[in-house]
Formats: sequence, structure tokens, C-alpha cells
Amino acid sequence: MARIELKDIAHSYQPAPERPEDYALRTLDMVWEDGGAYALLGPSGCGKTTLLNIISGLIRPSHGRVLFDGRDVTDLPPQQRNIAQVFQFPVIYDTMTVFDNLAFPLRNRRVGEAEVRARVQEVAEMLELTDDLRNRASGLAADAKQKISLGRGLVRKDVAAILFDEPLTVIDPHLKWILRRKLKQIHQEFRLSLIYVTHDQVEALTFADQVVVMVDGQVVQLGTPQALFEDPVHTFVGYFIGSPGMNLLPCRLEGSAARVGDHRIPLAPELAAQASAVGGELTLGIRPEFLRYSTTAEPGAVPADIAVVEDLGNFKIMTARLDGQMLKVKLPEEAEIAGDAGWLIFPPEWTRLYADGKVVEAGQ
Amino acid sequence: MKKIPNNRAWFLVLPVFVTVAFSAIIPLMTVVNYSVQDIFGPYNRVFVGTEFFEMVLQDRDLHEALQRQLLFSFWVLLIEVPLGIAIALALPVRGWLASLCLVLIALPLLIPWNVVGTIWQIFARPDIGLAGVAVNRLGIHYNYTAEPFDAWLTVLVMDVWHWTPLVALLCYAGLRAIPDAFYQAARIDGASAWAVFRYIQLPKLRGVLMIAVLLRFMDSFMIYTEPFVLTGGGPGNSTTFLSQFLTTLAVGRFDLGPAAAFSIIYFLIILLFCWIFYTVIENLGRAPR
Amino acid sequence: MKLVLDHIGVRVGRSMHLDDISLTLEPGSFNLLLGPTLAGKTSLLRLMAGLDHPTSGKIRIDGRDVTSLGVRGRSVAMVYQQFVNYPSFTVYENIASPLRLGRRLSAAEIDRKVLAVAEMMHIDKLLDRLPGELSGGQQQRTAIARALVKEADLLLLDEPLVNLDYKLREEMRAEMREIFARHTTTVVYATTEPQEALLLGGQAAVLDAGRLIQFGATLDVYHRPASVRVGEIFSDPPMNLLAVAIERRGSGVVRLSPDLSFPLPSHMRALPPGPCRLGVRASHVALAPSSPADIAIPATVELAEISGSETFIHGRHNDLAIVAHTAGVHSYRIGETVALHLDPQRLFAFDADGRLIAAPERQPGTVSGAA
Repeated sequence: MARIELKDIAHSYQPAPERPEDYALRTLDMVWEDGGAYALLGPSGCGKTTLLNIISGLIRPSHGRVLFDGRDVTDLPPQQRNIAQVFQFPVIYDTMTVFDNLAFPLRNRRVGEAEVRARVQEVAEMLELTDDLRNRASGLAADAKQKISLGRGLVRKDVAAILFDEPLTVIDPHLKWILRRKLKQIHQEFRLSLIYVTHDQVEALTFADQVVVMVDGQVVQLGTPQALFEDPVHTFVGYFIGSPGMNLLPCRLEGSAARVGDHRIPLAPELAAQASAVGGELTLGIRPEFLRYSTTAEPGAVPADIAVVEDLGNFKIMTARLDGQMLKVKLPEEAEIAGDAGWLIFPPEWTRLYADGKVVEAGQ
Repeated sequence: MKKIPNNRAWFLVLPVFVTVAFSAIIPLMTVVNYSVQDIFGPYNRVFVGTEFFEMVLQDRDLHEALQRQLLFSFWVLLIEVPLGIAIALALPVRGWLASLCLVLIALPLLIPWNVVGTIWQIFARPDIGLAGVAVNRLGIHYNYTAEPFDAWLTVLVMDVWHWTPLVALLCYAGLRAIPDAFYQAARIDGASAWAVFRYIQLPKLRGVLMIAVLLRFMDSFMIYTEPFVLTGGGPGNSTTFLSQFLTTLAVGRFDLGPAAAFSIIYFLIILLFCWIFYTVIENLGRAPR
Repeated sequence: MKLVLDHIGVRVGRSMHLDDISLTLEPGSFNLLLGPTLAGKTSLLRLMAGLDHPTSGKIRIDGRDVTSLGVRGRSVAMVYQQFVNYPSFTVYENIASPLRLGRRLSAAEIDRKVLAVAEMMHIDKLLDRLPGELSGGQQQRTAIARALVKEADLLLLDEPLVNLDYKLREEMRAEMREIFARHTTTVVYATTEPQEALLLGGQAAVLDAGRLIQFGATLDVYHRPASVRVGEIFSDPPMNLLAVAIERRGSGVVRLSPDLSFPLPSHMRALPPGPCRLGVRASHVALAPSSPADIAIPATVELAEISGSETFIHGRHNDLAIVAHTAGVHSYRIGETVALHLDPQRLFAFDADGRLIAAPERQPGTVSGAA
């Protein structure tokens, strides 16, 4: 296991990049601590797979250095970096048995057969593949194949990190739970460094201790799942994390309240003060989970029309119209909604302000 | 939901069906007809049963031609398939160089059989041919018009030159269809170039190789034009392959009955070998269970 | 269009790909096929389209037997997982292509229809582009537009959003529901995801291993799974299952383990004593009691997954594995002991064969039984 450092990394697939848009990955510095579980989260084309391939050595970055435990490995090929990678579609060696598949990385490195046997047994047990060891790998289901891909990473004792490139894409929902749980347990037991690329926020948030949100080749936020959820630093993170995403309303400042159309939404006074100091285009952001719905008027509540209520089994999503803008409110499954209008309450502790997309930090 | 099923598309298939009927099925039935009857004239024929078949099967010349043919096809496959794979592996993956290489490699495929024969007839001549003279200059005695082995070898080299590109092109297409993730995973697993070939490329080429082997086997097993143009089957019988033998029998001696019987046997041999190749390649490299 | 599948079976060699499926799709209804991979969703869609034919049973459309009628004889449109478009046609030509076949429509008419559907799918700005120049989401929008413009009697969608980014999927799901609500076409939509099914609503047919195991209004199926298997398939994470014994003592006791039992909840009063399995969704397992009647189960934490606002706690009590889906962020160390609280009124009960024998009471909606 190793601490991975990216120094001043940038990458372009074009031979002579000029404009910033020519870069698949714009300049970034990052440190991945030894034994951490990280996720790289972002929409297609945000540069997350490029970043992963730079770490594994499949791509040599146009700029910058990659350090493993302080050692510069920028020019080393993947096989000399001691990393393992699991791909989107299961890569298995069709003609081999499961045992031989798992043994492959060790045999390539001329490990003695007795040790190969011991390691493969150990990993097979960990992944619950013991019963299939003698079977041909090509006949197995997708989840077993992905376990083999993972297993080929785990058999090597010297792996610095295991990288995952959307490994659960082809797995059924109920099996995803089992595989992800297995992965988490292995991580907690062996403290491996894991880096997981995905566009799926549920996977990223449940898997990782630290999530890196990327868009357009840039990192917009690195934080714990809780921080991304509660304190998104950018409107993109607010929108991208959470299902449905954060409600974002263009607004103006009016004293210590935000004005949306004819409505006044009270804010924390420090936040309002800070926002007026920062200036710029203001947007109010609040998570559907934190927005409260009330059938009666309360101080600070704003009236809104109810457009639709969706029953999603264990919760409900209400869509409310406020001054022509749609707001989502997440309600418990027992919630009763009466009539087609009500009041919305924006708890000040969960109401955020963004100036030109960036969060306004209160209390500075 | 009221729609009349439209079956007019079947009419489009009709011309092909008629053509195949005339070009394959009817002649084949004629051959069967000839093989079991001795025909002297339009109204004068005798049913002879399997007599022609027995006659042909006991023909010593035919046995020799068959052995020669099998040996030839064996070497054709042994050289062209590995060579084709090797060329495909060595070709550049993308860019203008890849296109150029593909065109250059495909050139021999565009030349008609008889022209290939003529080219090599001159190219290999020991007195004025570039190759023939060069080999003799090296101190190797080489004369395909006089030496049976030299003639046989010349036909083999000619076939390799003409048809290896086909195998190479097929394999090239097969290799391009392997997803990048496989190569990346193999690099990470520390696989050697040989291991990548053995455990990724070769298994993924299985389908393509099957087609290449079958095509090359059938084609080489029916080789006719090249040896005919080069030496006419000689010297001696050294390049008399099965097609040559058949032509001599049917056209030269006008023994239509034995020729027909032999045609059927020829057809069955090809079918048998194709089936063997198919079964072997299909099951190759499949570990137990 | 009313589509009736009457005891349909598809046998390939010795294996049954579809086994005795009977299903009636009402005209203009929205229907979901929910089931894991290889459950037979695609096979069933292919039968409905007329691409394949059943080895047994009958298919009727509006009373007419169409069992052996091919796809060309039926009025169907289909959308696939992969983004299937004509690569050399522009988006406009792609959408117009079904209109140019068969029916003779004027250019103005085609133009009107293409523009209308393109606008609905938000691709009206991209009509001159080729599919290769579009993002995955835009390509799938084009494919869906092409299926919609055909105005077929039956629209089949085979996991159309599965290859899209999570966020894009979320947005398109909401759009799809509105689009289908506006159309009178009979729609069949295959998916593996419970959340997607709940969002789209309509009727749900739950498939497993080639069998139809339940059919009914989507929310009814969710709230009243006919069997253990439906509970597993139609819950994300899968429904927790607890093996218990019902004992007749006083007004009845449910025994979870030698040292843990609780009074029989009211909706299970009619159950006979003996072993049975209880089901409870992860979202109904809480860290704190919601009422004094709640059952507290001591459990060792095997894993706590935090997803922003929520925590999934994987706990174990003796042999029972229980997943709790709770609001808020809770950090736990592995091996720590917690009390997981179940509301007895939320419990499902299944018999030894896995059939539902008691379900929590639900306020609104009618409840339909198993298929």
C-alpha cells in the first residue's frame, strides 16, 4: 500500500493543446492517503477515467508528476507500479479456470507455485469463489467475473492501490449491494488504498470515505459524503449529489433575507452579510431533504402551489411551484398532503447561498 | 392493427435461388447420375452401381495425387496461418501507415490466379527469372522445370505469397475487435507479450482463425490454375494435385464415369476435413468444464 | 390496444426461458416488467413485438389471435438498452425514418410530426447532427423519439436508461413518465431497478427465472409483495428476512431467537403457530424506537455505509443479517453493538413456501392479489 501524490497534473489528448478546453484534465494537485477509500465522481467526459489511468500508468500525463510514497513513478509502466485495476466490463482470461485466472498475476511475476496456491486459496475464500476454482471462468455470471477481476488485484501482496473503473455497471441492483459490501469489508479488514471511478452517486457515497467531484476536467470538491451532501461548495455539487439534487433558486438579497419573486426567505444574518460583501449573481440552494412543508402558515414560511406528489414507496417527493420555479421536497412515506397549496419553510441552518456558482461561506 | 402480411420480399431472393439451383444442385445431380451409370449415348446407358467408385479408389495414381495434395495443404496451413497471424500482429494499429500497409498487403489478393502462375513462371526461371537466378547464384541448385521437388516448392511459395495476406487481413480485423481493457488488464497483471498473445489474442481470434483455416484449406485443396500454368502438373507428376488429376481423367481421357465418382469422393473428403477442422478449433483451448 | 398473453411458454432445448405466463395489458396502460437479469424480460418483450414466437400458449391483440404473426404484421415500436440509430442519418432523418416506410405522408406532415416529437424529447436543436456527434443521452433521446413518432399501438422499452449516467437517468425518468402519460399507446417498460419502477408507476409485472410471480398496480405490488422473492426483487436494498417461530401463548408471541421474542402484532393474529419468515424493508429498521411497541434487536455492526444524508447499517443478530436504512449520518465501528428497532406493524409474514400470509395494513389504495 502506498500514499499517492499527484503534483501539478494536467492531460490533453491533443498533441499541441492551446485553450483550456483542449485539456481532458486541467491542472490539479492531489494526495491519496495510504489505506483510504476514495471515489472519483462526475458525469461522462469529466476526466475521471483519464485521472484514474494516469494513476495506473496506462496514460502518461502531459504535465506534472505522479509520486508513490514519494518515489517518482511518472515514467513507469503499469506493471512496475504495483497497482491493480478493475474495469467496467469484466476482463477475464476465457481459456483459463478461475484458479488460473487468479494465479495469473503471480505466475507472471515468477512466484513459487506453493505460494501461488496459498494466495489464490486465501483470495478465493475472501471473495467466496472457492467452489468455482476448478471451473472455466468464461461460463460464470457477470458478478462472479468482476470478483475474479478484483481477485487478480488482491492476490498480489505488494499492490499499492486498487483502482476501479465503474465496476458495477453490468451488475444487477441486488447483487451490487452484496459486491459493494464485500468490497467495503475487504477494505476495512486489510486497509487497502482504493480509488473508485463512477458516475453513480450512490456507489460513490456509500463506497468512499472521501469523494472527489469532477466536472469538465476540474475537481470541484473533495470531501466526505456528509460534507458533499450538507455543504456543497459549488452549485454543480449541489445538483449532482443527492437524488433529486439540491433546489437552486436565483435570488436577490434584501436585508437578511433572500428575495425570490415576491417572496422573502429568511437567512442566517452572518450569511446574508457575507453574501452582500461577496456580490455577484446569487443563487439560493436547499436540499429537498431539508426543505419543510407545512399545511399552515408559520413565521418565515412562504406560500407555494403543489404541482405533483410522487409516492416512491419508502418516501414521497412533492414538487412545489414558487414564483414559477419548481422545488422538490422529500417527505416521509406516511406524509399526508392536503389540497394543492401549502407553505414551505427554509430552515436557515440548511439554506445556502452561492455567488456565481461558488458557495458563500458564512461566519468569516 | 389491420395489416396484410407483406411477403413480397421473398421474390427478391428468388433469382439467387434459381441461380444456385442451376449452378450447384443440377450439376451435382448430373455428377451423381454419371457416377453410377456408364453412358454411351443419349439412349444407351447401363447402371453400374458402385463400380466406378471401386475403380477410382484402387487407382494408384489417385492415391499418389491425394498424398501430394494432403502434404501440400498441410504445409499451406502450417505456413500461412502462423505467418498471417504474425503479420497481423506486426501491423501498425492506426494512422496513415496502417492504411498504407493494409493496401500493400492486400495487393497479391487482387491478382488473378493464372496471372500469379505466369508471374512466378517467369520470376522463378533459373535462366532469366529474378528469383531463379538469385537462388542459383547463392550456390543452391534450383530448376523448377526439371526438379520435381523444386516445382512442388515453387507452387507452395506461390500460394503462400498469394494467400497469406488474406489470413493477415482477417486476423488484423479480429485483433482490432478486442477491447482495450483486455490489454490494459494484462499489462497490470504483468503479462509478457507471449502471455498476452496466448491468453487474450489467440482465444479472441478463434472465430476468425476458423474462417481462415477453412478457406485456406478448401482453396489449397482444390488448387488447379497455378501448377497448371507453371508446369502443367510436372515434371513427372510432382505438381499433379487432385484437381489436375480430375481434369486429366474427365477432359483428357474422357472417362466421365470414374471422373464423376471421383468428384463425389473429392467433395466428401473436403467436407470431412472441414468438419474435423471446425470441431477441433471449436473445442481448442477449452479447459475441462 | 389490449394485449393478452395466454399461458405463454418458450422452451429452448431443455430449458424453459419463459414458463406459463398469463398477462393482460389494458389499452393505453403503462406496464413495467421488473426482474433481475435473465429473468426473461427481454424474451417477453420480443414475444410481444412478434420478433419471436412462443412454443406454447396464445397471444391476442384486441381479441385477435396473433401468436404466429410476425413483427411486420404488428404495430409496435421498440427502444433498446444500446443506443440504436442509423449512423449515416441526421437526427431529423432518424426520427423521420419510420414515417417514410409504408405509409405515404406528405413532406409537410412528416416535418410537423418530427418537430413535435423532437421538441418533446428536447432534441429540436440537434436535428442536423449525426448520431456520432451526440452524447449518450441525446442518442437515446433520438431513439425514443423515433419510437414515439411511429405512433405504434404498442411501445416496448428494454431498460432504455441503463446505459446512461446516473444523473441523466434521474432526469429522463421524470420526463418519460410525463411523455407516457400524454400518449394513449400501450407501453411496456423493462427494468431491474425498484426505484425506477416506483417512479414510473403504472402496473408492474414481477418476473423471476422465466416466471411471472406477481402482477398488479406498482405501488400495490410494492406494499404487498406476494412472495419472499418479490420482496427481494422489489426492494433496494433487498428486503430483510428473519426466520422466526410463532408461539401460541396468551395472545401470541413471535420468537426471534431463544432470548428474544415479542407479542404477535395485530395484523398477524390469524396466523397459525409454527415457523415462518418475517420480512421488513431496510427503511423500516430504525436506530431509535418510534413507539413503545417497537422491538429492539441487539446487533453487531458489520458495516456502515454512509450516503450523504443516509446511512445503511449492516448488522447481525446471531444468524440474522439485517440492513437498516436510516436518515442522517451515523458512524459506527465494525463490531460495535447497536439496537435496531422494528415497528411490528410494519412486518410482512411469509409461510414456509415463501408466500405472503400477512402484510402491514395500508391506508390508501386497493390491494390486488397475486397473479
